[in-house]
Amino acid sequence: MIAELQSVSVDIAARRILYDIDLSIPSGTIVAAIGASGSGKSTLLRLFNALQRTTRGRVLRDGVPIEKLSLREVRFNTGYALQQIALLPHLSVRDNIALPMRIAGRTEHNISTRVQQLSDRMQLTGEQLDRYPAQLSGGQQQRAGICRALALAPQLLLLDEAFSGLDAITRSETHAQFLAMRGDEINSCLVVTHDLAEARRLADYFVILSDGRIVRQGPRDEVLNDPQDPYAARLIEQCL
Amino acid sequence: MTGFQRAAGLVLATLLIGQAANAETVRVASKNFTESYILAETAAQLLEARGFDVERRLGLGGTKICFDALRRQEIDVYPEYSGTIRSAILDSDSTGPLDRELRSLGLKTYAPPGFNNTYVLAIRRSVAETLGITRISDLSKANDLDIAVSHEFRARNDGWEALRTHYELSLSVRGIEHALAYQALADGSIDVTDAYSTDGELARAGVTLLDDDLEFFPRYDAVWLARVDLPQPVVDVLGELEAEIDDELMQSLNARAVIDQVPVTTVASDFLRSQGLVSEPTTRNTVLRDLLSNTLTHIQLTMSALVAAATLGVTLAMLVQPFPRLSSALLYVCGLIQTVPSIALLALMIPLFGIGWLPAVIALFLYALLPVVRATLTAFSAIEADHLTVAAALGMNDRETRRYVLLPLAMPHIIAGLRVAAVISIGTATLAAFIGAGGLGQPIVTGLALNDSNLILQGAIPAAVLAVITDLVFDLAERRLVPAHLRRSNLPR
Repeated sequence: MIAELQSVSVDIAARRILYDIDLSIPSGTIVAAIGASGSGKSTLLRLFNALQRTTRGRVLRDGVPIEKLSLREVRFNTGYALQQIALLPHLSVRDNIALPMRIAGRTEHNISTRVQQLSDRMQLTGEQLDRYPAQLSGGQQQRAGICRALALAPQLLLLDEAFSGLDAITRSETHAQFLAMRGDEINSCLVVTHDLAEARRLADYFVILSDGRIVRQGPRDEVLNDPQDPYAARLIEQCL
Repeated sequence: MTGFQRAAGLVLATLLIGQAANAETVRVASKNFTESYILAETAAQLLEARGFDVERRLGLGGTKICFDALRRQEIDVYPEYSGTIRSAILDSDSTGPLDRELRSLGLKTYAPPGFNNTYVLAIRRSVAETLGITRISDLSKANDLDIAVSHEFRARNDGWEALRTHYELSLSVRGIEHALAYQALADGSIDVTDAYSTDGELARAGVTLLDDDLEFFPRYDAVWLARVDLPQPVVDVLGELEAEIDDELMQSLNARAVIDQVPVTTVASDFLRSQGLVSEPTTRNTVLRDLLSNTLTHIQLTMSALVAAATLGVTLAMLVQPFPRLSSALLYVCGLIQTVPSIALLALMIPLFGIGWLPAVIALFLYALLPVVRATLTAFSAIEADHLTVAAALGMNDRETRRYVLLPLAMPHIIAGLRVAAVISIGTATLAAFIGAGGLGQPIVTGLALNDSNLILQGAIPAAVLAVITDLVFDLAERRLVPAHLRRSNLPR
C-alpha cells in the first residue's frame, strides 16, 4: 500500500471532523473521495501529507507510520494541488513549477528539462510559462498547478477540488490531459471532489463521505451499481 | 555578491568615510546667538589662516549643550562668559579663581578676548550730559528720570531691586519689552534702561553706558572654554586674539551683523584684516560647498537611520509575526515612540548619547521604525492562507518560507512603508541640527539665530527637494522590484 489510514479520527477545535476512518490507497490506483462540503473530505486528504495530524489512529506511508518519516521527505514525495491553485503571484509560471525542485535542491539544468517535460504534457506554451499566473486563464493556471504538484515525480498525488471552478469544456480537456499522464507521470492519486461525474471519469475507487464518516467505499462500478448506503444511493441518483 | 549587497556595502563605506575624523582638525563651536557666532567664526578663520583644519559646529545650542559637548570631547573649544561659567556650569557661590574651579572638570579658560558682556544701565546721551550723570550712583541726583527695564531684569532676584538696594536709590521703574527699549530710548519716551554691554544696538542708539562704580553687576568676561589639554599651537592662535576686542569693538561687530545684516563670515574676516592678524581675505564663498556637505550629511543621517530601521524593523516584525499578542505589543511600542514630538525625542537622546551624529541617527531610526514595522506586519497578515499551505505542502522550512513566500509577497507593502519612513526621516533630520548633527537643518538653525532668511532657505529648499527626489527614487525602486500587477498602488485596499 502506498498510503493507509487506520482507525483515524480527527478533532479540530474540539469538534470531531473525521470518525474512525479506514482507507487504503494501493499503488497505481486513483481514489476519489466524494462528499458535500463540510463532509471532511479535504481534512481526509491533508492527512496524507501531514498537513493535518490525527487525533486517534495511524497514517502509514509505504507501511511506515508517517510520524517516523522526515516531514520534508513526506512532502517531497506527495504532490498537492488545490482549487484556489495558489500559484505564487510574484513568480512567473515557470518559476512556480520549478519551485518544488529548487526547494529539493535540484540542479538548474535538471529543473529546466523537467519544467519543459511537464509543460509539454499539460500543453502550456513557453510564452505562457514566462508570464505571471494572473496573466493566464483559469484553466491554464489549473494546469500549471498540477505541473507544480508533479514536479518532483511524487509517489502520491493529492488533488483537492483541483478541477473545480472551470467551465465545462475546459474541465473536460483538463481531465483528458490528466488521464493521459496516468501510468507514467501519475501513479497513485487521491482526488477530492463534490462532483460525482468527475469522480466517475477519473477514479477507479470510490470513497463516499458524509458528516465525517465513510458511508460506502469500493471499486467504482461496484459502488455505482450497488450503493448500499441510503446517502450514497441518493447522491448517485441525483448526479447521474 | 548580489547587487543589493554591493549597494549596501557602498552605502556603509560612504557612511564610514563620512565619519572618519581628522586628528589634526580643531572643532570650534559656538552658542546660538550672534556674538557667539562672530567670536567662533573669527577664531575658526584665524586657525585656518595659521594652517589648521577647522570643523565648525556653530550655533550648537545653549550653554548646557555646548558644555556637555566639550566634556564629551565632541568639540574642542567655544566662546563662553565667566559669569555664565560661575552661575550655570559650576553652580556654586564660590568666588575663587575660575580655572581652579574648572580643573576638576578637566576644563580651562583661555585667552580672554577682552570684553565684558554684562548687564549695564544705558541712559539717553542728551539726558546724561544735561544732568552730568556718568555713573550709576549719580542716578540718586535725579529724581524724575523715566526708567524702564526689561521684565526679566525687574523680576530677577539679582535684578533691579538688588541694584536699588546696593546703590541706595529711591527711583521707581516700570517694565518694558527689551526689544522695544532701544526704540523707546531713541524717541525719548524713556530715559534709562538695562542692556547687555555689547549689544549691537547700543553703538547706534545715542546712549551713554553708566559706570558700575560700586561693582554691582557680576563680570561676564568673554573667554575661550576648552579642555585643559588643548594643544599649545591652538592656544597660541587664540592668544593672538587676547585683549584685542573691547566692549565697544564687540558692539560694533555685533551691530554689523545684526543691524547691517553683514554675514558673520565677512564680519569676522574684515575684523581679522583690520587688526592686521591676516593679510588676505579669509572668507571664501562657501555656499555651494556648504550645500553639498550639508546635503551629504543629511543623506548620511537619514540613510543610516533607514538602513537600521529597515533591517531591524523587518526582522523584528518577522520574529513576532506568528504571535498576535507580541505583534500588537511591538506595534504599540513603536506607535508610542512616534507620539513623542520629534524635537523632544532628539533632546532625550542628549543625556544618553551626547550630541552629534549618533544620537540623531538613533532618534531618526526610532522614528522610522513604526512605518516599517507596521507595513511589514500588515503585509504578513495580508498573505493568503493558501500560499502558506502550499509552502508547507512543498516541504519548505521556515527559512525557505520566508525567502520564497513571505518576503516577496510582503515586499510591495514593505517598500511603501520604507517610502513613508524615508520621507518622514528627511523632514525630521532637519531638526537634528539642534543637537549638533549638522545636515540641512544647520543653515536653518543658523538662519533662525541670525535672523537671516537667505540662510534659512539654503536649508529649507534643498531639504524639500531631497524629500521629493527620495519619493521618486522609491517610485522607481517599486517599478524595478515589484511586478506591475502586485504594485501596492494597483492593489485593492
